[in-house]
Amino acid sequence: VRWPPAGFTHGGQTMAAAVTGSGLLQTTSSVHLNVSVQCFTLPPPLQKSCQTNPISTKEASLQVSAVSEAGTQTEHRQDQRVLDVDLGPLLDYPDLGEFLKRVEGIMIKELKKNWRSHAFDGYEVNWEDQNKLVSCLHTLQYPAALEQQLQVTAVTWNCTGSVIACSYGRLGDGDWSTEKSYVCTWNLDRRGLKPNHPDVIVEVPSSVMCLAFHPSQPSLIAGGLFNGEVLLWDTSLTDDPLIGRTGLTPDTHTDAVYQVINLPWPQGNKLQILSISSDGKILVWQMEKEGKLTLMDGFALVAHQIPSNTRINKHGRGDSAVGGTCLSFSHFDQSLFVVGVEGGYLLKCFSGAQTSAQTSAATSVPLKAPAQFTFSPHGGPVYSVDCSPFHRNLFLSAGTDGHAHLYSMLQAKPLASLNLSDKYLFSIRWSPVRPLVFAAASGEGEILFCDLGKSPQKPSWCIKQTDNGKPVACLEFNPSQTQLLAAGDANGAVKIWQLSSDFNEQGAREMILLDDIARETTD
Amino acid sequence: MAEVEETLKRIQSHKGVIGTIVVNAEGIPIRTTLDNSTTVQYAGLLHQLSIKARSTVRDIDPQNDLTFLRIRSKKHEIMVAPDKEYLLIVVQNPSE
Repeated sequence: VRWPPAGFTHGGQTMAAAVTGSGLLQTTSSVHLNVSVQCFTLPPPLQKSCQTNPISTKEASLQVSAVSEAGTQTEHRQDQRVLDVDLGPLLDYPDLGEFLKRVEGIMIKELKKNWRSHAFDGYEVNWEDQNKLVSCLHTLQYPAALEQQLQVTAVTWNCTGSVIACSYGRLGDGDWSTEKSYVCTWNLDRRGLKPNHPDVIVEVPSSVMCLAFHPSQPSLIAGGLFNGEVLLWDTSLTDDPLIGRTGLTPDTHTDAVYQVINLPWPQGNKLQILSISSDGKILVWQMEKEGKLTLMDGFALVAHQIPSNTRINKHGRGDSAVGGTCLSFSHFDQSLFVVGVEGGYLLKCFSGAQTSAQTSAATSVPLKAPAQFTFSPHGGPVYSVDCSPFHRNLFLSAGTDGHAHLYSMLQAKPLASLNLSDKYLFSIRWSPVRPLVFAAASGEGEILFCDLGKSPQKPSWCIKQTDNGKPVACLEFNPSQTQLLAAGDANGAVKIWQLSSDFNEQGAREMILLDDIARETTD
Repeated sequence: MAEVEETLKRIQSHKGVIGTIVVNAEGIPIRTTLDNSTTVQYAGLLHQLSIKARSTVRDIDPQNDLTFLRIRSKKHEIMVAPDKEYLLIVVQNPSE
């Protein structure tokens, strides 16, 4: 008899069958078994399981059949010249010597011929259309001045070349007027430039005759009025730009101021303004405290003190004043200036003159007589004079006779006289870049450009500023952006003209030609 | 070879001469007095131009041929002496 194996005790059912079997054994044998059965239940076994998701695996492989590698590198060479001077003679070029021997003669001949030749002097190919030479960039107007039908009397560029200022007034009107006029400025480099809306508008109680920006301070403008006053504005001050005025004192001009110049050489950092008026006085004003321009120095043009190489004092009393209308300083000599007067004469003047002027005018500073030399006259009052920026002896003048005269400082008769207009010429200016070119504003509303190298007798180009034939009163080249020219007209508009590169590049022989012209004498 | 250099020096020392270049038949510069990039530019362009100029002259009249080429520009005068194997280019300032 065996006990069921130990493994069976784990299952309750199997255990019970084993007990039953013991009972059967009792019937077939005599063995008495005292079997005591103890029944107990086993606690159900703890069963826990876990399983992971099946992991699927795959295998794949690939292989390239052949591999090749390549590399390249250039070497950095310092000396990349195709022909080194040292290398040259080492390389043997067949027949090079013979070739050079063959062509040397003809080459030297042509080089000499070219050096002597003047066949192409002043010749310019006209690759572009004529009308592309000049184009109008802006037409600037101030509506209030247009309503009053005021004319533009003067234009001036500031030293940076980005701001244009113009003054309004009346040129044809001889009356003392109390009608207000304006000085306006536009900054052309500002974004959103409004041609009908000036950046700065200054109201002036009398007609403004002339205007000039300071040569180095971009916001200072001097102006001369019809009533003889000289004013100084600072356009950077927004509420009241007026910073200096002469007031109406005994020193003040008694007639219209025709030109003001900011002197670029201030003494002791004080601003000095020179003004010329038809009362025959040229006065130098200095900016003092409290906005007062005081008289520093002065000159008077008196008829009988003017050098008598011409017959200027034929008419009138000896001590009568000679009205000055325009003035230009020499670019080469600070003390030398040329004055144009109402009688059509031009006077060479010297600011260091010591002779006192015999004038009846009572001024706080004794006036001097500056005139040294008289040039032969125009047929009418001179309105504009300009010294050449390229030659110390040359200057231009223009007047009511419609002629432009080119003078040398050394002789009375003009070197050239160009009849540019049948009406008046109001303004004449040398190009700041081209020594032989100048521009003149005519009474027919045109701007005339003359090239002395091309055609000495007639204008080379002509642009029409006004469609209705109203005169152009003033013009100025931009000192820093030399392709720009501003001109103001009697319609009250200032036009900014863009000039082509022809006006901006100095030709090869221009300076020599200018010297030749200056050396010519008409005697 | 010294005479080649001497000839070139003689031409170069002439009044107003800015540069002298010798170009071979392929348009490759072989002698120059100018800097590299200028030389390469002048050589390539003037080589083409002289070929064109020569063919123009010969097309007009097959009996004729180009002997010399002068180009007047605003800044310079360029002179070209052509030959079957070489070109001599001289750049000169206009008269002053």
